Amino acid sequence: MQALYAQLLVGLINGSFYALLSLGLAVIFGMLNIINFAHGALYMMGAFVAYFLLNLGGINYWWALLIAPIVVGVFGMILERTMLQWLAGLDHLYGLLLTFGIALIVQGVFQNYFGSSGLPYSIPDQLKGGVNLGFMFLPIYRGWVVVFSLVVCLATWFLIEKTQLGAYLRAATENPTLVRAFGINVPRMITLTYGLGVGLAALAGVLSAPINQVRPLMGADLIIVVFAVVVIGGMGSIMGSIITGFALGVIEGLTKYFYPEASNTVVFVLMVVVLLVKPTGLTGRAA
Amino acid sequence: MSALTDDTLPVTPRAMRDEMIVFAVMAALLAVVPFTGIYPFFVMQALCFALLACAFNLLIGYGGLLSFGHAMFLGTAGYVSAHALKVWGLPPELGIVAGTAAAALLGLVTGYISIKRQGIYFSMITLALSQLLYFLYLQAPFTHGEDGIQGIPQGHLFGIFDLSKPLVLYYVVLAGFLAGFLLIYRTINSPFGEVLKSIRENEPRAISLGYKTDQYKMLAYVLSGTLAGFAGSLKVFVAQNASLTDVHWSMSGEIVLMTLVGGLGTIFGPVVGAFVIIAMQQYLAGFGQWVTVIQGVIFVSCVLLFRRGLVGELAHILRRSL
Repeated sequence: MQALYAQLLVGLINGSFYALLSLGLAVIFGMLNIINFAHGALYMMGAFVAYFLLNLGGINYWWALLIAPIVVGVFGMILERTMLQWLAGLDHLYGLLLTFGIALIVQGVFQNYFGSSGLPYSIPDQLKGGVNLGFMFLPIYRGWVVVFSLVVCLATWFLIEKTQLGAYLRAATENPTLVRAFGINVPRMITLTYGLGVGLAALAGVLSAPINQVRPLMGADLIIVVFAVVVIGGMGSIMGSIITGFALGVIEGLTKYFYPEASNTVVFVLMVVVLLVKPTGLTGRAA
Repeated sequence: MSALTDDTLPVTPRAMRDEMIVFAVMAALLAVVPFTGIYPFFVMQALCFALLACAFNLLIGYGGLLSFGHAMFLGTAGYVSAHALKVWGLPPELGIVAGTAAAALLGLVTGYISIKRQGIYFSMITLALSQLLYFLYLQAPFTHGEDGIQGIPQGHLFGIFDLSKPLVLYYVVLAGFLAGFLLIYRTINSPFGEVLKSIRENEPRAISLGYKTDQYKMLAYVLSGTLAGFAGSLKVFVAQNASLTDVHWSMSGEIVLMTLVGGLGTIFGPVVGAFVIIAMQQYLAGFGQWVTVIQGVIFVSCVLLFRRGLVGELAHILRRSL
């Protein structure tokens, strides 16, 4: 049973990353009509920023948790201002192609300087060790990742669904022209939205650095799984993305315990099953 | 929303004549390659990728469907052909048939799963499906995992043509490429191709005119996958191996890149794009990962600066259909 709980925990952690990444993809898609293929590369950049902060500047994990999403978010906003904004009005497929190109550039540059092997990033002192819960041993850091990700996801949900700013954002997603007519600077909101989505990816990267090491290609395969998560859950609802992300992580964890051979394919298989049963995805919006 | 190919010229007899002239020039140039001292292996490889890119272009350029998993057809056909030749000892022609048929079957299955979703979702689904296959092939015993299937016997095509001779192999690959190219050309200019273009331009309208658009898209998808598989089977004879690289997502990205560089929805663009990208990989092979960076830069600049691609820009300047 110990092993089962351990795999469930790993599943929850992967689920946190799926949730944070698919949430960012959904927010960006809503405003920019772009599927951000560079999301995995920006997640990787988040981890690398944390690594540089620690090893070059001696800045610890807690600051990295704040600084890395800002740095990567600003980088994302520059990308949006210099490139993505020119795609407005074109077929969305161009957004996919452009961001795929950006992902290749970012990943290629990091691979040149850091190879393909992983760089270690140690767990901060305060989160070292673990607690015995009676039925299982819980490493504190892993518990922290799950709880913190959940809080961030819910905060994002709150920001978008319950605040004034979120209301503008949702309105601009539905009808940008009308929202502009009310005197709201929609292009600036689009830039900030991209920064927010990308910042969430970078945050996931920092969280994952002590668990998965820091590798140039750490986001390359992950983003494909996250695409499958997005296909299953749809991009229509913020809460839907969060729940689907965590649920698929848990299912993947259970698969690792019961049938490890299928652990890296289970999400794709589920996607196929969902598409066969309900071709529009679980949220049911046709698109 | 503007369509992927923004200035499609009407098909006129003049356009058809221009295209046939360009085709004849291309075929003649390719036919004399072995006598020019150009490394034939390079051209054969480029021809396989050119056919692959043309097959991909049939789907995106004329059907408006961006498949981000076309490497699955290349890799699957390659593995099945390689296995048929090496383990079952089948002759080359049956090896090619086996690989191509496997790709067709894969097209039917994955098309059934993905075709109902449009636009961006279709791209994500095809990418995820190809990643699923990648992991299956990584674990399946017959693919030999990371090593791939190596040392594949080339044999005698129809019992006559000795494919281990580079010159013979070159003309067989060239014949395969030209046949595939003409089939795609014929498809684009058929009534079926016209319906496909109408779906690309305005699907709801095509539906309102009574076309069952899902069936048309499905047929285009299966045809594209089958031809991509045919290219994969031919490539087995050139490279004499079948490996995981051919199923990886980065290969799917390269197929997209070739077509984009040449020009989405142009007839000759994918061929030009395939030669440009394969040549670039040959000459820049010593630069390691910078090749990936350069590919990324090409992607970005194609999307931002010249969406028509090389051939598309040329056609635009000449006001001809190419």
